Amino acid sequence: MSHIQRLLVVGNGPVGHQFLESIVESGCATDYQITVIGEEPRPAYDRVHLTAWFETRQAGALNMVADGFYATNNIDVRCGEKVVAIDRDAKTATTDSGRRYDYDQLVLATGSYPFVPPVPGHERENCFVYRTIEDLEAITAAAKNASVGAVVGGGLLGLEAAKAIKDLGLKTHVIEFAPRLMAVQVDDGGGALLRRKIEDLGVEVHTQKNTQNIGDGEHCVHKLSFADGAELETDILVFSAGIRPQDALARQCELEIGERGGIAINNYCQTSDPAIYAIGECALWNQRIFGLIAPGNEMARVAAAHILGNRDDKQFTGADMSTKLKLMGVDVASIGDAHGNTPGAKSYTFIDEQAEIYKKIVVSESGKHLLGAVLVGDADDYGNLLQFALNGIALPEHPEAMILPNIDGSASVGLGVDALPDSAQICSCNNVSKGDICAAVQGGALTVGDVKSCTKAASTCGGCTALVGQVVNAELTKLGVEVNTDLCEHFPYTRQELFHLVRVGGIKSFDELLEKHGSGKGCAICKPTAASIFASCWNEYILESQHAGLQDTNDRFLANMQNNGTFSVVPRMAGGEVTPDGLITVGSIAKKYKLYTKITGGQRVDLFGATLDQLPAIWKELIDAGFESGHAYGKSLRTVKSCVGSSWCRYGVQDSVGQAIDLENRYKGLRSPHKIKMAVSGCTRECAEAQSKDVGVIATEKGWNLYVCGNGGMKPRHADLFASDIDTETLVKYVDRLLMFYVRTADRLQRTSVWMENLEGGLDYLRQVIIDDSLGICDELERDMQSVVDSYQCEWKTTIEDEQKLKQFRSFVNADDGDKDIVFVEERGQIRPANEEEKQLNNNLIAVA
Amino acid sequence: MSWTTVCTLDDILPNAGAAALVGDTQLAVFRVDDRIFALDNHCPFSRANVLARGIVGSVGETLVVASPLYKQHFSLEAGHCLEDDSISVRRFPARNENGLVQVQL
Repeated sequence: MSHIQRLLVVGNGPVGHQFLESIVESGCATDYQITVIGEEPRPAYDRVHLTAWFETRQAGALNMVADGFYATNNIDVRCGEKVVAIDRDAKTATTDSGRRYDYDQLVLATGSYPFVPPVPGHERENCFVYRTIEDLEAITAAAKNASVGAVVGGGLLGLEAAKAIKDLGLKTHVIEFAPRLMAVQVDDGGGALLRRKIEDLGVEVHTQKNTQNIGDGEHCVHKLSFADGAELETDILVFSAGIRPQDALARQCELEIGERGGIAINNYCQTSDPAIYAIGECALWNQRIFGLIAPGNEMARVAAAHILGNRDDKQFTGADMSTKLKLMGVDVASIGDAHGNTPGAKSYTFIDEQAEIYKKIVVSESGKHLLGAVLVGDADDYGNLLQFALNGIALPEHPEAMILPNIDGSASVGLGVDALPDSAQICSCNNVSKGDICAAVQGGALTVGDVKSCTKAASTCGGCTALVGQVVNAELTKLGVEVNTDLCEHFPYTRQELFHLVRVGGIKSFDELLEKHGSGKGCAICKPTAASIFASCWNEYILESQHAGLQDTNDRFLANMQNNGTFSVVPRMAGGEVTPDGLITVGSIAKKYKLYTKITGGQRVDLFGATLDQLPAIWKELIDAGFESGHAYGKSLRTVKSCVGSSWCRYGVQDSVGQAIDLENRYKGLRSPHKIKMAVSGCTRECAEAQSKDVGVIATEKGWNLYVCGNGGMKPRHADLFASDIDTETLVKYVDRLLMFYVRTADRLQRTSVWMENLEGGLDYLRQVIIDDSLGICDELERDMQSVVDSYQCEWKTTIEDEQKLKQFRSFVNADDGDKDIVFVEERGQIRPANEEEKQLNNNLIAVA
Repeated sequence: MSWTTVCTLDDILPNAGAAALVGDTQLAVFRVDDRIFALDNHCPFSRANVLARGIVGSVGETLVVASPLYKQHFSLEAGHCLEDDSISVRRFPARNENGLVQVQL
């Protein structure tokens, strides 16, 4: 009888985790007894975006492991435990805590360690490396008492580290041994422009500097002495001079090791011991180490497939090292043979010193094929060029046209995605091919957002988002799924187009809209959409006779209709603040009308069980007591949740309640494509859960951090940090613009999270529009918002003051009776609707009519 | 059978509905331009008396009301549900008689 195979993974970084995910995705995880051991104190986190830790300073934000991942898949996870020895004969691994783990198959995913040059003084205090969350915590702590920081190494990671140090408020230096920055990825021309751009940001760059000694400084903690006699003083030093494969365990158990380190593997990622695999940065394939996430992930998938005995003979055959990234806000990309090392290679270069753009392509001797490229300052061509290079697609007659700006407005020489073979890899991080995306579209994923979530394409570095969008659209067109974006059968327009027609045409009624731009009688889709657009544009009272019949279920009676046809009532309690008297009033009203009361998730009180004819009387009492509509019924701002902030909390740094009340009062009543939720937290502990809201505000020592496009509910999404340390005036300005832009451009019933994910260009684009005013519409957006704010009215106050409108709230147009079918039963001391069985039994029913 | 007047035309908003009570029967009376239609106000899906509160419109050539709770469409003229053939609601003769809304039960 065979025992359950024991699978041991050593190393719980991104690649180790990808391996586990690959096993789990195969559906075979339960056939194995899986253990993963990592020496860091937490499970896998996103090291690629390590610098993003500074945005929140919370490790959780980088977490890569889905909730319940280990438990659901019966994986034993050990954190903060280090494997110190492997016994290949006994097939056991021993850890520093003395525990021994048996294995049938062992996967080494131990990653790499930063290379620290053996310069005298490199072990002094305040000398760091840049690899783990603990490193970042230590750098942050040291920065508190420092004024100057220096990074040794001007490569990709070194520049990331320099950005972090700069953001910590230190005077920042980058010291590079080579004559240019990012020597591996870019050429001299690109390096020079990159250097200029980075120096413009206030970072000093020192190239061709060979550090020979680190000693005591006169003004700072350290003094660096260079071979050319120059010196530099700094308080903090970060080494980022490359990585070395973490192969210590492999050496200990005598696996084959490369001359310059690295655990030798074959195409199946097996080491010299077939029961042991190595993947990621610790592995050496064909004498090469791959220091990028994409090849690491690919190795993880190959190893998983081999262990599972899959027959598709998946092999690792090297990887494209092309890369695109943003360094200190500067776009940099490098493809293939960026330096033109291929014999006979020729290159074309375009430099725009005005706009600070550098582009170079390297083509084959024949001029037919693209071998490589360097892009600095503008990397929009990356996706296109990469596909030419990877798929050997024939270049146009004048290859230079690929990088020249199209001054006369003619379309650039783009590659129609149709030209790509199905095998073309679109997303290298997650190995998603054009064929995979097409299959997803055929399977019913009709938007980029859908495709992202079911294929993972564009979900890691995001470099391929635009290309994914093009493939999706091309496939939809090909399928003849006419991408029908019409709102409904009555209007051949999207919501965005309809909004424009209404706004520009000054259209104020549905009849006029239908006559000018639609057909038929309208429906439950276009009528509420039009009503919402009218309200966003003109902000008229929504129960005016020309608007009332357009309103969706809840808006129609300014209350939320529940399953038995009764309504719930929610008075506004801005910021969740309510006086004792207010609370007593609400309680008395609930008691008088025998309503069920419950506290909502938005920090207010909901009163259930009101019949249509009771609504005006209930609201009259609420309004007399100083309450106003809470718009719980509207696709509009719901609540701005808050914690008590600096007024009461011993940790609070700003008045979060005051801010929440101001925001709620500013945006209350704004009709939008879907509901909008906000929150304000008074400190980084985030008790108001602002990062799950459409607009989240978190207090900082200096002001506010603004997060956008988060969501709880069905598809939770963490909000993205949009702007940091802004003052209240800027905060309101950004939120004005953002909300109005959303109101104008989103689809019907599209929350901000989905809206943003479907914007081509995503968060960066949104920042350009809202912060940099790239479309030149910010003044207009602010004006439009101000006009909505200025024309706010409490809809319930308007209603109870209008006898004609009140007639709409009778249960019957011809009788004063109530609906006798509405009956309740008592539960936990309150009413709830009686179910069918209870109605039949007719026991203890409570009638309202 | 005689006609019962339930209200005036102006009591019902254009292209919308209102609930009416005739005897023990709860009706949903709809006004499309100046034409009147009457259905049972009871929605068979939600089992609540709410059809009069639905949005009035058209699907193709068929005039419909969408139930306000779960949005199924019912033909104003015939009472059948467009999403489910097996379901329909009672319809009643109704008319606009010189500005008076009248139904026959």
